[in-house]
Amino acid sequence: MRNPLSDKIVDVKPSGIRKFFDIVSEMPDAISLGVGEPDFDTPWHIRDEGIYSLEKGKTFYTSNAGLKELRCEISNYIMRKQGIKYDPINEILVTVGGSEAIDIALRCMVNPGDEVIIPQPCYVSYEPCAVMADAVPVIINLKHENEFRLTAEELEAAITDKTKILILAFPNNPTGAIMEKKDLEAIAEVVLKHDLYVISDEIYSELSYNEAHVSIATLPGMKERTIMINGFSKAYAMTGWRLGYACGPELIMKQMTKLHQFAIMCAPTTSQYAAVEALKHGDGDVAEMREAYNQRRRFLMYQFREMGLECFEPYGAFYVFPCIKEFGMTSEDFAMRFLEEEKVAVVPGTAFGDCGEGFLRISYAYSIDDLKVALGRMKRFIARLREENSK
Amino acid sequence: MREQILKMIEKNSRIDLKELAIMLGMSEVDLMNEISRMEEEKIICGYHTLIDWEKTSVEKVSALIEVRVTPQRGQGFDHIAERIYNYPEVNAVYLLSGAYDILITLEGKSLKEVSSFVSDKLSTLDSVLSTATHFILKKYKDHGTIMANNDERLKMTP
Repeated sequence: MRNPLSDKIVDVKPSGIRKFFDIVSEMPDAISLGVGEPDFDTPWHIRDEGIYSLEKGKTFYTSNAGLKELRCEISNYIMRKQGIKYDPINEILVTVGGSEAIDIALRCMVNPGDEVIIPQPCYVSYEPCAVMADAVPVIINLKHENEFRLTAEELEAAITDKTKILILAFPNNPTGAIMEKKDLEAIAEVVLKHDLYVISDEIYSELSYNEAHVSIATLPGMKERTIMINGFSKAYAMTGWRLGYACGPELIMKQMTKLHQFAIMCAPTTSQYAAVEALKHGDGDVAEMREAYNQRRRFLMYQFREMGLECFEPYGAFYVFPCIKEFGMTSEDFAMRFLEEEKVAVVPGTAFGDCGEGFLRISYAYSIDDLKVALGRMKRFIARLREENSK
Repeated sequence: MREQILKMIEKNSRIDLKELAIMLGMSEVDLMNEISRMEEEKIICGYHTLIDWEKTSVEKVSALIEVRVTPQRGQGFDHIAERIYNYPEVNAVYLLSGAYDILITLEGKSLKEVSSFVSDKLSTLDSVLSTATHFILKKYKDHGTIMANNDERLKMTP
């Protein structure tokens, strides 16, 4: 029999998180600080709107690009938050989560051999999506001493005459790093100079704790060359609804809509009705959840300081990224031993790129009670490691 | 900052103050001072415990009583409200707009105890015109807390 598989797909490495969570799922009493999913339920008024739409029999396909009402609300929302205007008809596409938007944006924009710059550590799907789009991923290893922000020098050094796209993902999963306006301005300058495009994954835009998130699309000359991706999962605790969106120049959005039409048809209708409600009346919920995350973030940072564990202060998303290099173990060994001995699951930094070696991703999308117990165990575990190492 | 403190201790009055201070990004001393000040100002009026008595062997009945009253010259509803709220078995007394004037929530050991309160004490007050008593059959949610809760989440790989 012939080999049924595509070599390209077989060569794509599976998510580094997977292996780990297969073990966790076998340990019912383990506390997991591993999953990047809000612990909150979707606010009731949003769920209620979804249920109501079902009761009314709104179970048909929407237009390919998404309900017009939803696209208008997305346009209003971006205007409200970022002060830039996207045309709801031609410049906004509602997708199945931000993940779909990342995939189709890459597939619509690259030709075989084009280089896509991916600063790591980052979310696990950019590199495989780039490969599946026949692009050549070019990795920038972000540095701890820069608080995992991308600098203009690092970007400049990675650019070749084949470079076409920069993927920017801030506030960042897994580091919690943010890019402030001044940081983005330096990046925009390089992008403009080399005539690049930016895919800006802003799924954590609402979870920025010092000041409001700024999108690179708001900078002069950047809206024309940026695909801004966002969604409802993180801000409104709507992960299971699978709803996101992409905004960008009509020329690109037209092709993305075509691809979306052939692969998906349209995003789930119930989710779209619920999302309209989220954008219309959900600002208060977002603020409340943000405050809760921020409290946990402060709590974790305090605990790390108490333990003497090195960690830069992250101002975004719901992750902290402590450094464990002092223990002389790989991230994976550390995480595995921590899981076996203390039954706490955290994700090794290497799941998000080679430069994540020596770090752990700890999610604080968990209740403060869970965090307290887990951090208590971590303290004990670290003390034990230090004692072993001093012998 | 007061609003943040109040929101947190409203949900959990037994929260560890050291941890709360860390979570709010303030010093423990400042937090304790702020709480004492709010206690003095009677913004914080007490610390109570939410109990699901259903799960204990203690017999209790709760009732809501709607009361229509004639307001008294010079004192409005305050005087009659005071007559009512001084009974220790009365949990809460509210003055309302709408079809009736005062709403009482009450706890007693038995139906009989509640009904004797209504017939012997409440109805006999001069300014009470009528009462309507509703017994609570089941508490689904109290003080923002859902009494029966279950969490079912699927394990997933991000």
